[in-house]
Amino acid sequence: MLTGKLKKHIEKMVNLNPKIFDKDVEQVPIRKGYGEGLLMAGEASERVVALCADLTESTHTDLFAKKFPDRFIEVGVAEQNLASVASGMSAMGKIPFITSYAMFSPGRNWEQIRTTICYNNRPVKIAGSHAGVSVGPDGGTHQAIEDIAITRVIPRMVVISPCDAIEAKKATIAAAKTDSPTYIRLTREKTPVITTEETPFEIGKAQVFWQSEEESHVGIVATGALVYKALIAGKELEEEGIDVKVLNLATIKPLDEDALVSLAKETGAIVTVEEHQIHGGMGSAVAECLAKNDPVPMEFVGIDDKFGQSGKPEELLEHYGMGVESIKKAVRKVILRK
Amino acid sequence: MSGILSDKQIQNLELQANAVRISIIEMLVEAGSGHSAGPLGMADIFTALYFHILKHDPKNPDWSERDRVVLSNGHICPVLYATMAHAGYFPVEELETLRKFGSRLQGHPHRDFLPMLETSSGPLGSGLSQAVGMAIADIIDSGKSTTRRIYGLLSDGEQDCGQTWEAGMLAGKNKLNNLICFMDRNHIQIDGRTEDIMPLEPLKAKWEAWNWHVIDIDGHNFSEIIGAVEEAKKVSDKPIMIIAHTIPGKDVSFMENDYRWHGKPPSKEEAVIALQELGAIGEKIKI
Repeated sequence: MLTGKLKKHIEKMVNLNPKIFDKDVEQVPIRKGYGEGLLMAGEASERVVALCADLTESTHTDLFAKKFPDRFIEVGVAEQNLASVASGMSAMGKIPFITSYAMFSPGRNWEQIRTTICYNNRPVKIAGSHAGVSVGPDGGTHQAIEDIAITRVIPRMVVISPCDAIEAKKATIAAAKTDSPTYIRLTREKTPVITTEETPFEIGKAQVFWQSEEESHVGIVATGALVYKALIAGKELEEEGIDVKVLNLATIKPLDEDALVSLAKETGAIVTVEEHQIHGGMGSAVAECLAKNDPVPMEFVGIDDKFGQSGKPEELLEHYGMGVESIKKAVRKVILRK
Repeated sequence: MSGILSDKQIQNLELQANAVRISIIEMLVEAGSGHSAGPLGMADIFTALYFHILKHDPKNPDWSERDRVVLSNGHICPVLYATMAHAGYFPVEELETLRKFGSRLQGHPHRDFLPMLETSSGPLGSGLSQAVGMAIADIIDSGKSTTRRIYGLLSDGEQDCGQTWEAGMLAGKNKLNNLICFMDRNHIQIDGRTEDIMPLEPLKAKWEAWNWHVIDIDGHNFSEIIGAVEEAKKVSDKPIMIIAHTIPGKDVSFMENDYRWHGKPPSKEEAVIALQELGAIGEKIKI
């Protein structure tokens, strides 16, 4: 159950799922929200087309493909072609969504994305599913943990990492309405539904999802499904007398610098949380922002320069230091550095 | 008359192509870097496109009904720029800014600088995919009876690229008869002769195997170039690959068929000889 300031905040501002801390909280794969959003974007605009590289069902692109077969292009196992065909289609006025696993797109086809999409300034939307180690048993070859770094480094690219299926749906619909090349990061596993249909979403805006009763000592900036673990950490830390604020950073580029600087000024210490390499990821983006605006001690929760491996999603998150305990440990550590 | 073109038409196209070649030499020597062989070899095909084949309006480059030209091997852009300038897209004098800071004529084409380009290109192997995307989008909008044509211009060297094959398969699968490609079969690439670097033959059989209609032509014969496009427009259920056999460095004796001219410009002394061979009169040589 929600209490105090948090309850008020949730009800009045961001309308989060009231059952968020219940044991039976609803769990939905983030990629499913993408599929639903793509279908809705397709219904809203005939310019929206979808392309897939032999992973139509598992990326939930099949919802669009069944409804709009004439606007769906199956390119086969050919991610480089996937990106550049989409560029060509957008040159003729289309808004293409290209979907594969993140390891292959934007992994394998990075140069095609850079040159034919971003350098060309084409509004292609790249959906990379099955990101992170939480892909699980498929192992390290299929666990994209570098994708935030390689997309955010490209000029013009917008990078969005939704925290749940509902936010993924909203991000997809929002991306269809912009002229920017956009990367949308998706994950495979069912993860808790944090937001509701009423939670506001805007590309480029971060939102506070947790605020302790008392003045916060640390700001936690989280992205993707790990926002849930950050919220659990926030709640448990409050119980041991450490008050934190948790910011959901769904848009990694462009950064909501105002929200980050204001969080750093208020708390004086930041912990970033992402299912990605620490090098070059969301935490690095936050550090780049704070180093020039308001340097504060920071800790980074993420993968420390390693490849993934087979295992269950939860045990992999624990093994690579991205569980609730790791977040709490990072918070305690950063407090000592203030 | 010589087939579909009158002798006068052919003569005019040949004169125009020669003017494009002169501009290419002048641009390259002024730039001090760039590629010589490919642009000279493709001057006839670009001239045929911009002065006879294309449905386009140089004064209205955004015209939505225009045909699209996708240059995949961006390094031969001197021929693209020179032909576009001669066709009236921008002043011929601007050609001398090639590869210089602030120029619209980047070393490899970039739409940010010259928005009238259909695409930016340089890294090999991705142009056909973009042309395929345009052709698919065109058919979504206008159906198979579309009057727009997408022209893809490819090199033979980039037949090494896997992405070219990915795009070729998709175009064949989707029966993109609005897609007409020219492959510059000049047998050279940076490291040497194509068949030494990575044997490509039998190219015709390869493209036919992917459901393409393939036409072999002499890439310096205007009747064959234009005749091939006329034939291509009658194909109803396949994309078209015109394998244009060309001479790299065409019409400059010391550059012809020598792969070492793939990626370098002439020196001032070499440019004078080249321009004399192309019949440029003395006062036209500014160098």
